[in-house]
Formats: sequence, C-alpha cells, structure tokens
Amino acid sequence: MAAETELELEIKKKLTDQLEPTHIELKDISGGCGKSFEVLIVSEKFKDKPLLERHRLVNGILSEEIKLLHAFSQKTYTPEQWHKMNN
Amino acid sequence: MAAIRIAVSSSLYRYLSPAFASGVSLRKLSNQSVHYDSKYFEKLVKDKKVVLFMKGNPSAPMCGFSRLVVQILHMHGVDGYDHHDVLQDVDFKEKFKEWSEWPTFPQLYLNGELVGGADIVLQLHQNGELVEELEKIGHCSALLDK
Repeated sequence: MAAETELELEIKKKLTDQLEPTHIELKDISGGCGKSFEVLIVSEKFKDKPLLERHRLVNGILSEEIKLLHAFSQKTYTPEQWHKMNN
Repeated sequence: MAAIRIAVSSSLYRYLSPAFASGVSLRKLSNQSVHYDSKYFEKLVKDKKVVLFMKGNPSAPMCGFSRLVVQILHMHGVDGYDHHDVLQDVDFKEKFKEWSEWPTFPQLYLNGELVGGADIVLQLHQNGELVEELEKIGHCSALLDK
C-alpha cells in the first residue's frame, strides 16, 4: 500500500475537523493516479438532514479538493444508522 | 491558447463520437447566441419530468457513475427522458455546476428538482425511496410489477 498522499490527508483532515466523525474511511479508487476517492463518513452532524443536504455539506467542505478529482463518491450516515447497519 | 485547444478537442470529440447524432437536445456547440444563465438552466431542468446531466449518453455512458444512473432509471422503466452530455461543451459543464451548486456529474432532476448524483440515486434505489420519488412525478416504477 502506498503512503497516503497529501491530497488524501487534506481531505481526511478537513472532513474530520468539520464533521467530527465517529467513523471515517477514505478509499483511493483511482487505480493509480490518486485522483478518485470514495469516502464513508459517520457523523452526528448528518442527523435530521436529508441525503441531498448531507452531500451538499460534504461537497462544500471539500469544494477545493473536488475540483482536482476525477471522481468523488460519498456515503453519509448518522451514528445511529451506522450502528443499525452493522448489527 | 488553452481556450483554442479546448474548442478544437471538443469539436473533434463531437465529430468522432457516433453517439452525438442520437442525443436529444444537445446544445449547439460553439453557438455564441446561447447564454448559459440561470434562466436557461431552469428551463432545461424543467423541460421534462426526468432530466439527466451525464458524461456520454444513455446508450454510451462515458463514466461508471453516469452508467449506474442510466441503469437504475432503466430498471425502473424510465425511458425517453432528457439527457445532456456535459462532455460536449466545457463551458456548459462548468457553468451548470456553478448554477446547480453541485460539483460532479451525473446530476438527476425530477420535476425540475435536483435529486442528486450517482451515490444518492443508488441509495434511493436501494432503500426504495426512488420508487416513491418516481410516483410523485406520475411514473409507476417497473420494479413494482415484479
């Protein structure tokens, strides 16, 4: 596994700082170029927000980074949803 | 210089793409009389009940996420929707992203409202809500017949 790139670290840091996730996974799905990511975020801040609003929130936090990417895919759950899914 | 290169490559792309002829309501490339303003975009997303902004077209999607949304719509029996290939026109692509405040494609609109990109459409498909969303616009999902 290659070390995390600067972009990867930056994305993770911004999401962590602003969403205070209880769980976060960032996966490089680019197959080499490092410009495509899939992110899974579990955060209390998604509570009572419909999907579109959650995605807009994430898109807003990563507005600069997403411009540099070829693909960006996200999954957003509240801790409660995440707990249900894994039990 | 950059602008010239973009113009050449996109018109070349159009020329090489056999799918171009079959696309519905694609904007006229390099047509300076078309103003990509909010009025134009608002009309575009409301032209039909289902409008998809994607890379490529439904018979030849140019990216996996666009392909996914096309396949999901197909599973629900949604046909004959408007689609716009954002790869045909860089200017359109950038201005539309700004207008919709959504940074990626595909973007699916139902009754003029943004539903979301591939992630959201997939999730709504999986949790059954897409059936309801389609119902709201008067489309009975083909998945209900099974």
